[in-house]
Amino acid sequence: MSMTSKRSTLLKLTGFAALAATAALAGCSKKEEPAAAAPEPASAPMAAKPEPLKVAFAYVGPVGDGGWTFAHDNARKALEKEFGDKIVTSFVEKVPEAADAERVFRDMASQGNKLIFGTTFGYMEPMLKAAADLKDVKFEHATGYKQAENMRTYDSRTYEGAYMAGVIAGKVSKSGTLGVVGSIPIPEVIRNINSFTLGAQSSNPKVKVKVVWVNEWFNPPKETEAAQSLINGGADVLMQNTDSSAVLQTAEKNGKFGFGWDSDMTAYGPKAHLASAVINWGPYYIKAVGDALGGKWAGNQHAWWGVKEGAIDIVSIADSVPADAKEAVAKVKAGLKDGSFVIWKGPLLGQDGKEILKKDEVADDKFLSGINFYVKGVEGKVPSGK
Amino acid sequence: MTADMESYALLIAASMNAGTVLAIAALGLLINERAGIVNLGAEGMMLVAAIAGFATAVHTGSDVLGFLAGMVAGGLMAAAFGLLVIWLNTNQYAAGLALSLFGTGFSAFVGIGYTQEKLGPRPHFDLPFLADLPWVGGAFFRQHPIVYLAIALTAALAWFLYRSRPGLVLRAVGESPESAHALGYPVRRIRLAAVVAGGALCGLAGAYVSVIYTPLWVEGMIAGKGWIALALTTFATWRPARVLLGAYLFGFVTMLQFHLQGQGVQVASQFLSMLPYLATIVVLVLISSNASFIRANMPASLGKPFFPGS
Repeated sequence: MSMTSKRSTLLKLTGFAALAATAALAGCSKKEEPAAAAPEPASAPMAAKPEPLKVAFAYVGPVGDGGWTFAHDNARKALEKEFGDKIVTSFVEKVPEAADAERVFRDMASQGNKLIFGTTFGYMEPMLKAAADLKDVKFEHATGYKQAENMRTYDSRTYEGAYMAGVIAGKVSKSGTLGVVGSIPIPEVIRNINSFTLGAQSSNPKVKVKVVWVNEWFNPPKETEAAQSLINGGADVLMQNTDSSAVLQTAEKNGKFGFGWDSDMTAYGPKAHLASAVINWGPYYIKAVGDALGGKWAGNQHAWWGVKEGAIDIVSIADSVPADAKEAVAKVKAGLKDGSFVIWKGPLLGQDGKEILKKDEVADDKFLSGINFYVKGVEGKVPSGK
Repeated sequence: MTADMESYALLIAASMNAGTVLAIAALGLLINERAGIVNLGAEGMMLVAAIAGFATAVHTGSDVLGFLAGMVAGGLMAAAFGLLVIWLNTNQYAAGLALSLFGTGFSAFVGIGYTQEKLGPRPHFDLPFLADLPWVGGAFFRQHPIVYLAIALTAALAWFLYRSRPGLVLRAVGESPESAHALGYPVRRIRLAAVVAGGALCGLAGAYVSVIYTPLWVEGMIAGKGWIALALTTFATWRPARVLLGAYLFGFVTMLQFHLQGQGVQVASQFLSMLPYLATIVVLVLISSNASFIRANMPASLGKPFFPGS
């Protein structure tokens, strides 16, 4: 335990040093990774090489969450691969969804970053404020809906992945009860729960879905407890809209089944893992940086990418998944890709049996982004907001 | 038996499991506090123990070594704290808070490389025969051994404090260190031993979280359990059996919020998560409203520094 004794000596030295170190460590950790940019040899003639574009990312969680932030960071690495020494990327992790985020954005700008990505909903207002002042910086905000001249938004259709996972869950479940650990009851998450349910009903019309909310994106012990209570309540296939692998691991421990979310989580629950609904932010990030480098970048836009654009996928489907489920998923995927299949299409009933979409009626994006109800088959009530 | 009945059995089992973490840490803190030392560093010690335990279990493949590593880590941190507050007479509350903050940052720092690590399949424990009993088997007899250890520990600690001579000395040190000193007992060394024992138990609880309860490492994963354990000692008026019951109660409240949601009952989880602290404040008020009640329950020299020879 050399690390522990090291810290205890430090503590002995002076309490203040300990406090200062803590403050530093507890704050955001920061890393800068130049993209394989070999320093120019001094003797080489100074070619008229353009300055690399500095691109910064603000993450809400640690890169090591194995889920949401991990997926963003993979895309950042894909950027470096794609653009090589034309860009320099850096990131700040664990940036809180509060006013403090604005300081981080300003800090990034002052360090010469010209393109800044904020990868969580809660950065919307802070980023909007920073964007209003820093006109020469381009801002990209994930999952938000407010734009500006130098700020635009992007999102991924995670519900498509949830639907495909649902197709598998409906086939695999023996108890006919599925469980979802919900994070925060916002439309995005409710839409995912509904889509998961619709997918499950496509392979087993009688399936029921129980939902437990933890009101946090990332709190593994709480996610574990919530997952355990769903299993206790009879659910044998779990899904989550939280950011860690805790739910899948709880399923593994209890001999039940689960899914990876945002990133491939096979390794966290080799027996329980049925498939992973992943987000691939790479294609959008490559487009955004390409736009910025090519002078084509424009604000006031919203991009919502899904299976069609390669942003959403279901991967690592387990061998134990029945062949007909695999086939059904492949069909859905192909349909989403060429536009021949639509998830949110009537007839669609709400939880209370009231018709929400008439036969053949297709929900538009505006409808989708405002979903605050459960569809038929989901148990419980949507937690009422403020 | 209905599925509903079965789900209550599982709710009890999950509550005991959740309560065990709190119980072990709180029993450790109880030992400190009975000797007159308040260690607010529980959260930090548990976090450092969680990463120490997790890392050890990853490298050795042994959960038991993981628990031991957690105990050593917690014990070492507590020893450093003990030296500061017992010999250097640093303010206990400030030093404890510093320990908590430090532990939070330090564990995050050394844990960077471990967030992607996984432990092998987690063991299952069924007590022979008992586990197969209807209902009670599911509720009580399919737990990890540590859950039973917490119960044994409670009994052992109660015996130690109230039935053994060293326990009497420990309590004397917490009630009146001057008198204990006058009788020739090494007050400072006894206090250090109590603090280290407390740290080791907090460490065991922390390692249990990262090795068994939520088998992974992420920053800040103790998520306030250390603070609840601290509140618990007061809530239990410094009695071992009440600590255990209180821990189960808090564990039950934690699990109940999810259980109710699964049943379709809507509860504000934010409200439930503040309950342990609210309950503690109520108990504090009840105790302090009656002078004789304070005398009967609270170690008289709790939190006060001791200067031998003064």
